[in-house]
Amino acid sequence: MSHRTGGRILNVKALARVEGEGALHVAVRDNEVLDAKLQIYEPPRFFEAFLEGRDFREPPDITARICGICPVAYQMSSCTAIESAFGVSVEGQLAELRRLLYCGEWIESHVLHIYMLHAPDFLGYPGAIEMAAEHRDLVQRGLRMKKIGNQLMELVGGRAIHPVNVRIGGFYSSPDPERMREMLPDLRWALDAAQETVDWVNTFSFPAYEGDWEFVSVVQPDRYPIMGDRIRSASGVLDIPVAEFLDHFSEEHVAHSNALHGKWDRGQYVVGPLARFANAQDQLPPGAAAAADRVDLHGEVRNPYKSIIVRAIEVVAAYEEAIRIIEDYVRPTAPAIPVRPRASVGHGVSEAPRGLLYHRYFLKDDGSIDSCDIVPPTAQNQPAIEHDLLHVVEDNLSLSDADLTHLCEQTIRNYDPCISCATHFLEIRRVDV
Amino acid sequence: MKPRIAVWKFSSCDGCQLSLLDCEDELLALGNAVEIAYFLEATSRVEDGPYDVSIVEGSITTAHDEERIQEVRENSGVVVAIGACATAGGIQALKNFADVEEYKRIVYAHPEYVDTLATSTPIGEHIKVDVELRGCPIDRGQLLAAISALVLGHAPRTKTSPVCLDCKQNGITCVLVSKGRPCLGPITQTGCGALCPSIGRGCFGCFGPADTANVDALTAQLRQLGMTDVGIDEMMNTYATTQFRKLVADQAGTGRGGSDDSGEQV
Ligand code: SF4
Ligand code: SF4
Repeated sequence: MSHRTGGRILNVKALARVEGEGALHVAVRDNEVLDAKLQIYEPPRFFEAFLEGRDFREPPDITARICGICPVAYQMSSCTAIESAFGVSVEGQLAELRRLLYCGEWIESHVLHIYMLHAPDFLGYPGAIEMAAEHRDLVQRGLRMKKIGNQLMELVGGRAIHPVNVRIGGFYSSPDPERMREMLPDLRWALDAAQETVDWVNTFSFPAYEGDWEFVSVVQPDRYPIMGDRIRSASGVLDIPVAEFLDHFSEEHVAHSNALHGKWDRGQYVVGPLARFANAQDQLPPGAAAAADRVDLHGEVRNPYKSIIVRAIEVVAAYEEAIRIIEDYVRPTAPAIPVRPRASVGHGVSEAPRGLLYHRYFLKDDGSIDSCDIVPPTAQNQPAIEHDLLHVVEDNLSLSDADLTHLCEQTIRNYDPCISCATHFLEIRRVDV
Repeated sequence: MKPRIAVWKFSSCDGCQLSLLDCEDELLALGNAVEIAYFLEATSRVEDGPYDVSIVEGSITTAHDEERIQEVRENSGVVVAIGACATAGGIQALKNFADVEEYKRIVYAHPEYVDTLATSTPIGEHIKVDVELRGCPIDRGQLLAAISALVLGHAPRTKTSPVCLDCKQNGITCVLVSKGRPCLGPITQTGCGALCPSIGRGCFGCFGPADTANVDALTAQLRQLGMTDVGIDEMMNTYATTQFRKLVADQAGTGRGGSDDSGEQV
């Protein structure tokens, strides 16, 4: 970091406590912020390119490797895209098992973020291990909550990171109801712990700042959204089937980054917990709804620092949903429904812990992939992150470089950015060779 | 003094280093037994080297990373490469066998902004690696065992037998013989405890080849199940492609090699 006369440059070469490799660059001259960038260093891995020509059964396993923190999101968005291309839809208990697996991922990812990545910002520690020296019980509670999320993923998916049990049409095998029910006591403990977590994070002090973006998320008719086939903005100006996503949203390749920036034809938008909450607060299960009332959060929450509270409310919802699904679980007659390839295009979308994740596949008659597009949540949130940075720096120019830098890092972490995800895509365009 | 540990990331999905944070029961004890001197995913506290143990995730795909990995080596006592990315170049090594300029054009509107080498290579091609843990992702138990051994001053030992042996030992029905499903278990190194066969799915080789692998024998079996040579090639060449290609090349002409010629070999 350097401090120059007449101007200030804040540079953080490698951001800590985010997933993947990124950097922060802010330039100020004469009390004017010239530039605020979240740079993405993470080298590209070209998933969309090497999926071309591969078999339709492979994307759930291959695209999972884009991100070790949210592999289930990639598996679910790719499965639903390819199933819709082939004209089938996974329903009933198989759909419930998918939701259960996804709840495991929300729990694992959100609890990791709340306890290990973001809370240390609010409480002034470099990380959770250091925080544990003074708050051992708290950190231990978080670790146990997270472990239970991982166990759900292992139970349904076979493995917590890159689950092996997911396939187009469903699963390779369905979990044993007896083993599922054995998890109930732990889940009930975790539900209480999640309620306590909401109250705990609600005691943090939140910098004053309000963003003016639209909230965009998947919506489901009867549930708090995880997997669905419509996309809505909280103001209601947008309400579209998933197949129209790319008619409204695009990605732009900017020079400072290996990621693409999300763009909406109507202006600035964000995806993630704040967007889901704005669209579907009234669909939260009862415990999560009560938590939201208790901390007095309603509808559009425009202070991004409060996303940590909304994440905590979603963790309550995920445990409640997990308990409900396990209590009602009846082993499906077959672990997967049959699919038959045909030349077609399919769109799939689901709510990764950090927001909407879109996949599109063009498939050939023999079931091979002609081309595909993947639009990850962090690429969509990157313009909002930079917008927030600009304003936060402007509002806090009197802070020392160290404090201002810390505030900027905390601002970036509001979005739980997954830089590994953001870097690997963009618009896939056919190449004429 | 407590041993000083650093965790480094190169081109990867973060899943292998997440395995360390997923050691929920052991993490705080580990934090007491060692000094975590550099681990960006977990802490913003950054201590300079030298480090007693460096855990390295990811593969080398940029010129800058080629330099960075040399610095890691110079500053580290023991280097542990974790996961298929670090030990085999990872799934992103699929570009080694394609035209990277074309890949850039497929993914990015402005390929000239993108800095990348033509290949994704394992850590061991750049520096001396002391311990390798396989898998996409690694097995949490193997990681903990390796760290514990190093902290106690022993050399970690990992199994090199094939997945097949785990199935036999654990009484898992053979998916290849009994269910007629393609499986790379006979030629894949174990470490996962035969995870895929235990749910009725064939192994797809995410731990890379076992020492004793006989490619020819398995290729013949897979053809009998009706797989095409392209299908067999893709099955082997995804998660640990450089290692499987090397295996096929080494065994070609010895009567143990795969007979399909899939183009360039490493
Ligand atoms: S080996 Fe697999 S799990 Fe590990 S970092 Fe690489 S892609 Fe992720
Ligand atoms: S069985 Fe094979 S593919 Fe499955 S986890 Fe084990 S090594 Fe990986």
